[in-house]
Amino acid sequence: MGLDSYITLKDVVFSRSDRRIFNGVSVEIPRGKITAVMGPSGSGKTTLLRLVGGQLRPDSGSIIVDGQPIGELRRKELYKFREKMGMLFQSGALFTDLSVYENVAFPMRVHTKLPEDMINDIVLMKLEAVGLRGARKLMPSELSGGMNRRVALARSIALDPELIMYDEPFAGQDPIGMGVLVKLIRDLNSSMGLTSVLVSHDVQESLSICHYACIIADGKVIGAGTPSELQDHPSEQVQQFLNGHPDGPVPFHYPSSAATEDFGLAGGVS
Amino acid sequence: MIDRIASFGRSGTDLVVSIGRAGRFLAGVLSGVPRPITGFPLLMKQLYSVGVLSLAIIVVSGLFIGMVLGLQGYTILSDFGSEAAIGQMIALTLVRELGPVVTALLFAGRAGSALTAEIGLMKATEQLSSMEMMGVDPLRRVIAPRLWAGFIAMPVLAIIFSMVGIWGGMLVGVEWLGVFEGSYWGNMQASVDFWDDVVNGIIKSVVFGFVCAWIAVYQGYDCVPTSAGISSATTKTVVYSSLAVLGLDFVLTAVMFGNF
Amino acid sequence: MTQRTTDITVGLFMLAGLAALLFLALQVSGLSPKSAKSTYTIYADFNDTGGITPRGRVSMAGVTVGSIDSITLNKETFQARVAMSIHGDVNNIPADSAAVIRTSGLLGEQYIDISIGGDMESLQPGDTFYSTQSAMNIERLISNFASGK
Repeated sequence: MGLDSYITLKDVVFSRSDRRIFNGVSVEIPRGKITAVMGPSGSGKTTLLRLVGGQLRPDSGSIIVDGQPIGELRRKELYKFREKMGMLFQSGALFTDLSVYENVAFPMRVHTKLPEDMINDIVLMKLEAVGLRGARKLMPSELSGGMNRRVALARSIALDPELIMYDEPFAGQDPIGMGVLVKLIRDLNSSMGLTSVLVSHDVQESLSICHYACIIADGKVIGAGTPSELQDHPSEQVQQFLNGHPDGPVPFHYPSSAATEDFGLAGGVS
Repeated sequence: MIDRIASFGRSGTDLVVSIGRAGRFLAGVLSGVPRPITGFPLLMKQLYSVGVLSLAIIVVSGLFIGMVLGLQGYTILSDFGSEAAIGQMIALTLVRELGPVVTALLFAGRAGSALTAEIGLMKATEQLSSMEMMGVDPLRRVIAPRLWAGFIAMPVLAIIFSMVGIWGGMLVGVEWLGVFEGSYWGNMQASVDFWDDVVNGIIKSVVFGFVCAWIAVYQGYDCVPTSAGISSATTKTVVYSSLAVLGLDFVLTAVMFGNF
Repeated sequence: MTQRTTDITVGLFMLAGLAALLFLALQVSGLSPKSAKSTYTIYADFNDTGGITPRGRVSMAGVTVGSIDSITLNKETFQARVAMSIHGDVNNIPADSAAVIRTSGLLGEQYIDISIGGDMESLQPGDTFYSTQSAMNIERLISNFASGK
């Protein structure tokens, strides 16, 4: 690739129950850039984030994050390593029994021994970055979905991580909410020099902010490159996905017997 | 036919597998003994929600059960002219059996199901996952305090249950039905032995508390993270806890009170 | 619900439990602090001890004066030897008193009752009762009654 890779997946195979989710996936995610991972529903995008975060182990293949083979780290080292990562879940996943302030302060209270006034400053700064400093005393149940996600974002950057992973950040957002998130993702990436991995099936928004994208379907990477490279990708599958064609390599009709049989039109069969 | 045998066998192995998972889970929880400074406030919070909030139902149930024992006991004993033995009957029944067992069943229904639902909801909204991703062990932070709280709160609740029941029995027997107060307490004191009866009862409730808390916490942690999954896990908690308590009660009673 | 209120309520909860435990200990099971009183041991031999058990009651004129320690079989005389602990301050039991096994109520527990004799001398620690009366045996009573004895 030529770019400095922060995350490298090589021939990763992963199955859950009897389903083979990844069948030899190789991806290189560049450092300091926004990378979008896209694909049809159920293609295992969230599973990919879990593999990178070490929550799941691949059946075979290697996953290297910042030089560390994450699949082989032991529990304690893995927990230490995770302090460098931030993850934004689809639902925000704020702790419902803690206030907004306490939620953002949580990683610091757990991992550092910073004095209370320092924590206060950092929490307020992070909340300011997402525009919710005034909401610090509210409880998660009092926030809207979009605000929930913003607070969760503030929490995931509390320890100034090197990597942030976004799991379907645009799902179910109204246009304003979408705009806010897009701005935040872009600003955070450039101001903090983060490596951002964005998992989504919202093609338009993702391609508008990412520097590099890859598309996963049927357990393999079917296309990867910069947004402009992907627009001109020769594969039909990629084109169907990017442009939203209802019929193509992914068929419209669910497999069934011939229509003539079902409707009783075949001669001599009633 | 073969299919049925196969599925029967499969549910057998599934049961063994899930018991094994539950065992590994327990090992993970117990090995993560919470640090005193951070862990203590968490434990306090759980003790409050599991213990203090269950007091209402325990006290009311204890009172009513004690009173019913008084009524029924009086009716039965008066056939033998032994109404004076009512104190001892109520006390032994409560302290040895009903105190630990009924408290455990009520606990499983109220606190156990609440624990399962709470943890299941945390799993479904990915709070446990996000905690893991932040480098915090959810077993240590979320699960362990709840397990210890159940373990500690149960004997306390059972003792309070017995006390309230005995007092309720006194209300019915002495105040209402006219049993002589001195014989109520006197016969009781003569036949209830602290070490053999009260302490054994406490041991029982400690065991029950541990089992109920473990089942509740495990079902929540292991549930399918959807609303249907949470509700099914809550039901399982109540059913499994109740069965386990009743089964263990038989074993413990045989060991403690059987004269072999 | 601040941390402080939570701590206070939990503290009260535990105290309530402790109070209940004390209640059960003292009021319900009669665990008395004065059980460290001094006692002395005397013995009685019975032909049939019936249903008395260790820790059973020993009373005199209806007052509890001690408890049964142990019941063992004397293999030579084929009698049951019962050891009793009598409270130290009841030290003037006449030497010719009898130990009788009685039943409290119709179906109640069996206990040992000391039937006072008239001797000037008292039983000393380690002494054995001269006369004893064994437990009433329902079958024997009925057969006695039926055969008109």
